[in-house]
Amino acid sequence: MLLLIPLLPLAGFLVNAFAGRRLPKAVSGLVGCLAMIGSFAVSSAAVWGLVSSGEHAVEQTVFSWLSSHSLQVPFALRLDHLSALMILVVTGIGSLIHIYSVGYMHEEPDGEYARYFSYLNLFAAFMLVLVLGASFPVMFIGWEGVGLCSYLLIGFWFHKHSAADAGKKAFVVNRIGDFGFILGMLLIFTTFGTLDFQGVAAAAATRAPETAVGVMTIATMLLFVGATGKSAQIPLYVWLPDAMEGPTPVSALIHAATMVTAGVYMIGRNAVLFEHAPITLAIVAGIGVATALMAGTIGLVQHDIKRVLAYSTVSQLGFMFLAMGVGSFAAGIFHLYTHAFFKALLFLGAGAVIHALAGEQDLRNMGGLKRQLPITYWTFLIGALAIAGVPGLAGFFSKDEILFRTFTAATPGHTLMWVLGVVTSLLTAIYMFRLVFLAFHGERRHEAPMPQQSEEEEPVTQVSGTVPPPALAAGHVPAVHGSDHHAAAQQGAPGHHGMPHEAPWSMAVPLILLAAGSVLAGYAGLPHALGGSNRIEQFLEPAFHAPTQAVEIVASAAQPPIVPVALGLQLPGDAHAGEVHAGEVHADAATELRLMALSSGIAFAGIGIAAYFWLRRRDAAAAVADRMRPLHRLLLDKYYVDEAYDALLVQPLTTLSRTVLWRGVDAGLVDGAVNGVGLAVGAGSDALRRAQTGSVRTYAAMFFAGVVVIVGHYLL
Amino acid sequence: MVSLNHYLILSAVLFSIGTAGVFLRRNLITVLLSIEVMLNAVNLTFISVGRYLGTVDGQIIVFFVMTVAAAEAAVGLALVIALFRHRETLNPDAFTSLKW
Repeated sequence: MLLLIPLLPLAGFLVNAFAGRRLPKAVSGLVGCLAMIGSFAVSSAAVWGLVSSGEHAVEQTVFSWLSSHSLQVPFALRLDHLSALMILVVTGIGSLIHIYSVGYMHEEPDGEYARYFSYLNLFAAFMLVLVLGASFPVMFIGWEGVGLCSYLLIGFWFHKHSAADAGKKAFVVNRIGDFGFILGMLLIFTTFGTLDFQGVAAAAATRAPETAVGVMTIATMLLFVGATGKSAQIPLYVWLPDAMEGPTPVSALIHAATMVTAGVYMIGRNAVLFEHAPITLAIVAGIGVATALMAGTIGLVQHDIKRVLAYSTVSQLGFMFLAMGVGSFAAGIFHLYTHAFFKALLFLGAGAVIHALAGEQDLRNMGGLKRQLPITYWTFLIGALAIAGVPGLAGFFSKDEILFRTFTAATPGHTLMWVLGVVTSLLTAIYMFRLVFLAFHGERRHEAPMPQQSEEEEPVTQVSGTVPPPALAAGHVPAVHGSDHHAAAQQGAPGHHGMPHEAPWSMAVPLILLAAGSVLAGYAGLPHALGGSNRIEQFLEPAFHAPTQAVEIVASAAQPPIVPVALGLQLPGDAHAGEVHAGEVHADAATELRLMALSSGIAFAGIGIAAYFWLRRRDAAAAVADRMRPLHRLLLDKYYVDEAYDALLVQPLTTLSRTVLWRGVDAGLVDGAVNGVGLAVGAGSDALRRAQTGSVRTYAAMFFAGVVVIVGHYLL
Repeated sequence: MVSLNHYLILSAVLFSIGTAGVFLRRNLITVLLSIEVMLNAVNLTFISVGRYLGTVDGQIIVFFVMTVAAAEAAVGLALVIALFRHRETLNPDAFTSLKW
């Protein structure tokens, strides 16, 4: 049954890879979508079976894969609570993105269309192997496989030079991380003698946590190197923003919702091991918060709509690593899960905008799209509110959980990390709403060039009556209305890029479903302080313990009266009502409530700042940018990290390869040896052939001399 | 009394004369004759040692050598004729085109 989950997308891949060229678009799209939806159905059934059975894990051994003396690695899949959540996210959001792709990619020719869906299905298959794998090597199959699919999909439009380069960059940077992963895996095998996750956890649990750098610290550090590669953390994050060269649904699926979370998942999977290496955990937290802050600041000034979202992804992944680093694995996975919803939504929304504008990605050329793309606008707004951490939406609960856990953590420097985290969430709100205001509000600043359209664009004077914009949300700044001839939305005309047109249903439905998810997903982890029971944490908790350890989940004995979420914020005095004793980790609920109030204030402040600069006084934003020109420049050029890597690593390596390795070692040493042998033999032969005089008597003399020598040797 | 040594010395002298003829003479026919002298010097050694040891092995081998020498002389003279038709000379130094 478990095997069926990755096998279905793999079957979809095989169909589209081998028969796709001859299939019409409708069929290859249908095959791709059905494979994913089928996988989702099987996953749901499997998870339901797991939950209703009350077991901690279900396992299926497919075959014995590696068998050599003490190294025994069966190809085994294991479904526990952690991988249950992951497969639901991967197949659920994956299905929606597949459906969205049907609309988004409809302009591709048949063969390309099938190629796209085959890659997408292959990716899903590998990702499911990654999360279901019961041991390091099985996970590694998926780990490498998703890297490969990422390469294939980033470079999907490989005739575009930048896309091909971006794919290569992603692959190379990921390989650097993978190398760390392999080394970590080997070290774990030599230390614990097993590669099975449960076995490793059980073995690690018997040891004392390492206070100094020991073998577990080194192993976890190496694994973390792998995680930084896959999950785009400092110093290996540089590939993710470039990955935006791929089709937008790919960015949503791979580079926002699923693959990039593999590193976070891997740390969660090895929670016991990491808990026994507090030094690594502190580094993980530090790297996480530093990445979050840095990516957030870069996202503040970028012009490309997808790049802003890419840096936002890096930043949110930083938050997840922060959670992992302070030992709150459930909070990290919770954020992974909510982030999957709203980041997929934001990317798909951005895709709808790009689609509507025939490929325009520059925020400076957008604006005023709110009336033309109402569905996109409202869903995108929900996503932005969710990621900004506005109370009541998914991102609020998960981000707040992380910040709360950081605040109360025992990690050294946790207060500083908390402050940086809060600053980052302020930045998150600002850059997200900068994006919303620049793209959807105000006036259309530039008629996007319509490359696919030859006819002159005539001004449409009639105001759209078909799509009345829904009522503005309270507290939301009303938009400046665009001029009339931009206002008409051309609905339901896919394929014709005249005026910006709203997304076709195949794109709109996933947007709406994801928007619903972005609102509701957070309630799975309603914290105790707000009267919930943090069900997601209880659900995940068994996965973070060694199998032999007694898992204590103290259910909330006395459920407090349900306090409405929105009201809960205003009732700090009611805090103790929400306090539930679920283990010793729960700190004072009052603290949690105060922090919540603070972070919601931060979210609103961020939105307010964004509204002031990019809605009311855009000139002020320009003025500020002008006044801090060097800083602005620095952020716009992404801290020159790419340039620094280029100068420090890429160029020296190229120079070394070119001068020493190529010209010196290959052309000089290797070629020299080969050619030298040939030349020496040639020269020797040239000298020796002089003996071949052609004169019979010379030969006879040599004969004679030879006989004399031989006979002389035997006689004397 | 003529001892074995006398025969061997004579044989060595004959062989040396033949060898010198092969190296020094500038006529291919003379070279072939010198080779015959060398062969017969060897034959003499076989015969005398055979006699000395009281066996017939030496004589048997001599008969073999004589047949081979006859064949060799036939082939050699045929080659000499062919070469002469080609070059109008019998100087072995003229036939050096098969080199390096």
